[in-house]
Amino acid sequence: MDLRYTDAAPTDTERAAVDSLLGPPPSGWEGAEERTDEDLRWARGGAAAARDRRDQLLPALHAVNDRVGWISEGALNYICRRLTVAPAEAYGVATFYAMFSVVPRPAKVLHVCTDLACAARGSGALCADLADRLGPAGTPAEGAVWQESPCLGLCERAPAALLLQTGAPPAGEESVAGAPPAADEPVAGVFRCSAVLAPATAPAVVTATRAPEAAPAEPPAGAAVPQAGDPGLVLLKRIGTVDPASLDDYRSTGGYTALRRAFALGPAGVIREVLDAGLVGRGGAAFPTGRKWQATAQQADGPHYLVCNADESEPGTFKDRVLMEGDPYALIESMTIAGYAIGAAHGYIYLRGEYPRAYERLSHALASARTRGLLGPDVLGQGYAFDIEIRRGAGAYICGEETAIFNSIEGQRGEPRSKPPFPVEKGLFGKPTAVNNVETLVNVLPILEHGAAAYAATGTETSTGTKLFCVSGQVARPGIYELPFGANLRDLLALAGPPERMRAVLLGGAAGGFVRPDELDIPLTFEGTRAAGTTLGSGVVLVLDDSVELPRILLRIAEFFRDESCGQCVPCRVGTVRQEEALHRIVDRTGAGAAADVALMREVGQTMRDASICGLGQTAWNAVESAIDRLGVYK
Amino acid sequence: MTAVPLQPPRRLVSFTLDGSETRVPEGSTILDACRSAGKDIPTLCQGDTLTPKNACRVCVVEVEGARTLAPACSRRAEPGMTVRTDTERARHSRKVVLELLASSTDLSTTPRAAEWIKEYDAEPGRFGADAARVNEQPRIDNDLYVRDYDKCILCYKCVDACGEQWQNTFAIAVAGRGFDARISTEHDAPLTDSACVFCGNCIEVCPTGALSFSTEFDMRAAGTWDEPAQTQTTTVCAYCGVGCNVTLHVQDNEIVKVTSPHDNPVTHGNLCIKGRFGYQHVQNRV
Ligand SMILES: Cc1cc2nc3c(=O)[nH]c(=O)nc-3n(C[C@H](O)[C@H](O)[C@H](O)COP(=O)(O)O)c2cc1C
Ligand code: SF4
Ligand code: SF4
Ligand code: SF4
Ligand code: FES
Repeated sequence: MDLRYTDAAPTDTERAAVDSLLGPPPSGWEGAEERTDEDLRWARGGAAAARDRRDQLLPALHAVNDRVGWISEGALNYICRRLTVAPAEAYGVATFYAMFSVVPRPAKVLHVCTDLACAARGSGALCADLADRLGPAGTPAEGAVWQESPCLGLCERAPAALLLQTGAPPAGEESVAGAPPAADEPVAGVFRCSAVLAPATAPAVVTATRAPEAAPAEPPAGAAVPQAGDPGLVLLKRIGTVDPASLDDYRSTGGYTALRRAFALGPAGVIREVLDAGLVGRGGAAFPTGRKWQATAQQADGPHYLVCNADESEPGTFKDRVLMEGDPYALIESMTIAGYAIGAAHGYIYLRGEYPRAYERLSHALASARTRGLLGPDVLGQGYAFDIEIRRGAGAYICGEETAIFNSIEGQRGEPRSKPPFPVEKGLFGKPTAVNNVETLVNVLPILEHGAAAYAATGTETSTGTKLFCVSGQVARPGIYELPFGANLRDLLALAGPPERMRAVLLGGAAGGFVRPDELDIPLTFEGTRAAGTTLGSGVVLVLDDSVELPRILLRIAEFFRDESCGQCVPCRVGTVRQEEALHRIVDRTGAGAAADVALMREVGQTMRDASICGLGQTAWNAVESAIDRLGVYK
Repeated sequence: MTAVPLQPPRRLVSFTLDGSETRVPEGSTILDACRSAGKDIPTLCQGDTLTPKNACRVCVVEVEGARTLAPACSRRAEPGMTVRTDTERARHSRKVVLELLASSTDLSTTPRAAEWIKEYDAEPGRFGADAARVNEQPRIDNDLYVRDYDKCILCYKCVDACGEQWQNTFAIAVAGRGFDARISTEHDAPLTDSACVFCGNCIEVCPTGALSFSTEFDMRAAGTWDEPAQTQTTTVCAYCGVGCNVTLHVQDNEIVKVTSPHDNPVTHGNLCIKGRFGYQHVQNRV
């Protein structure tokens, strides 16, 4: 490699931020300020060593961005020297993620969600009010800058805002995973003094921006579970009732019995149970989990990897956040079982960057599980070595796509890869990999605790077990609901308190579809929604009443996909732009006035669905199309 | 004549292509099969010397049983597959993709673009006069070549040629995301401040003319670029002992640019700065 760095030097703070992640540079070749005599005789590093460390690029960019607020030329240069990465490539990676900035910006960045659930509950007015008080979005004032943001995963408390503040960690608090946070106390986020405001009002947001430390505490994770404490709950049984920071509480409520059973069954036995239970992935694509595990386990090439997809950036989805915040050990135990089944020694949790509390809780849970021998070289004394690493995303919905996760972890741009080859064959670092959603993994616990047959007795023939639904929008009790498969939309809405004048329900998220109030008998199963021409997707149930202007919601959906397209393939990169333009043109029109643009969108939509590389482009047109066809929006 | 090294024998895969039983060596792409059967499938991001990124999606074909269309340039033929290249669905996608590209970028120097736009009845104008465009100004920051990203379709070929597939210099990468994605050096620095070694291999692979010799760029601007009047002569570079093949493009007895034969088994179309750009001494007439 011909690596060439510019003369731009890092500041001491930037250098310290990188060194706190990577340790001090071992030689002048890797960025030490002085070259020693030995350095001049030995050249270390080179392409092979570089490839080994390329995966530290995303964490290194985070280290600088978290500490300084943006990534300067000098900082990027230093990171590149430390990791032997070409600066142009690192710049390409840094500019891919929304949470990073390569131009100076204030230390405090306030993200105000304007996505679907928040739009339905007043984010428009909130932004207008904020613009009056703080100036227009994007213009720094008083050491802070506010910006509109895609879904923050706080939809049950919409409208939501998240304040991220950079700066040195307070003395004695160097390690995030250090002190265990008390049960439901607010925890200092990894971004330091981040404040989560939801529901947000403009005065509260302004106060919190001025004095983040004084911001009110976030309600506990259990507050998102209206059914908390209900004895019928399976996946949510501990949330709101058990201290998420206490491993002892976890064990005393049945924790780690599933792992013991897994060791008794052996890897093939675990896979057999999961197959017999009929577990289907909850991440959106509805792929049978047992088959994925089996295919990974069978690969001769090694090592095998397990990736937990905790990116959860689908607008309207927040179930994985609640699971991770409210019951982090459950995810760790189920990943240990999954890793054991597929023969992996290393698992990654790819966590979306905007979830500071989930990061905190999981880091703490990982550290305590390690201390107690539940992770590490010899899990439970069974001779099985397994550990888990958390990788933080940095603001890119596309990184939830399974192959984009691999690129992101490897330190590349988060662009999806084309399939085949499939991840089970060539995944993370080119090795066999199983990728599973958080909710999918957590389902493994009841399967092993009670056996496949007992698990499969709940639900329908092809949709077994229970399902989490993220109910938001105009309902009386928004939150996560757990229902056995087979319940219909009406049953679910009865629990959440439907609005009087319902206009539509968005099922499955921005990539899902709208259904009408007269379609509430749709069974909430994989087969039932498919038969009704829609999808369960990631479990989004966004309820809109007739106060909502649907064309604006559709515009927001189109804007979301245009913003989040990785830009790799033409149908999606340009198609999402053309669709948004057409929706803008017809926003206040109907009938003949809209017909030509609707026809245009259909043609572009068909091409996006047929010819895009990945699911983002393939599904970007679904919701808008369903609004046109099922709701007759522009009739 | 260029020598083609012998490959170890490969097994044949048999599949159905547009209704006829076809046999191709294992590992062949659908595009390889189409080309050997004399079918003309449009391609932009595919390159004969690079692993295609399959990003442009103009080569899509219908594979029976698949939910989506498949890029012919990258999808390998599998035994028993049934492929149709000319269905309405595939043609529709190609047409819309051409419209999307032509409405957002300048395809005036993309060979065959106009022909395909006609063949597929594409109407790039139907997105309206206000349709967003890439809108970039030509970047002229050195004497050797010009980057005119208004013509760039983001095929990734230059990035791959500069990076791990050929040159290993990594001077350029894709920066930004979505419609704002652009080919860029670090912090958008001028090429002369970047790692660029001016081998020009990126120009060699660029399918749109977004990267071009300064000579070509200037002559086009002056209206004097006349490709049909040019002759091409392939000879051996005289600078060093590697002995790369260079093809001199000559117009009015002046060398106007230098390319390199892609089928050369040693260089695959790659040159260094001297072979690519160091031709002025040949035409220094006193
Ligand atoms: C654009 C895009 C975004 C996605 N985001 C997520 C996500 O945030 N979480 C998730 O679990 N799956 C997401 N998926 C689905 C994953 O690609 C993958 O199918 C899933 O993680 C597999 O896990 P499962 O089998 O347990 O469902 C996304 C897919 C696409 C195309
Ligand atoms: S469909 Fe969109 S997000 Fe997916 S690869 Fe193509 S451009 Fe990227
Ligand atoms: S500059 Fe040329 S080679 Fe590079 S991405 Fe653009 S079109 Fe492709
Ligand atoms: S192009 Fe460069 S490497 Fe090739 S023969 Fe000429 S001088 Fe040597
Ligand atoms: S040529 Fe196949 S996708 Fe571009």
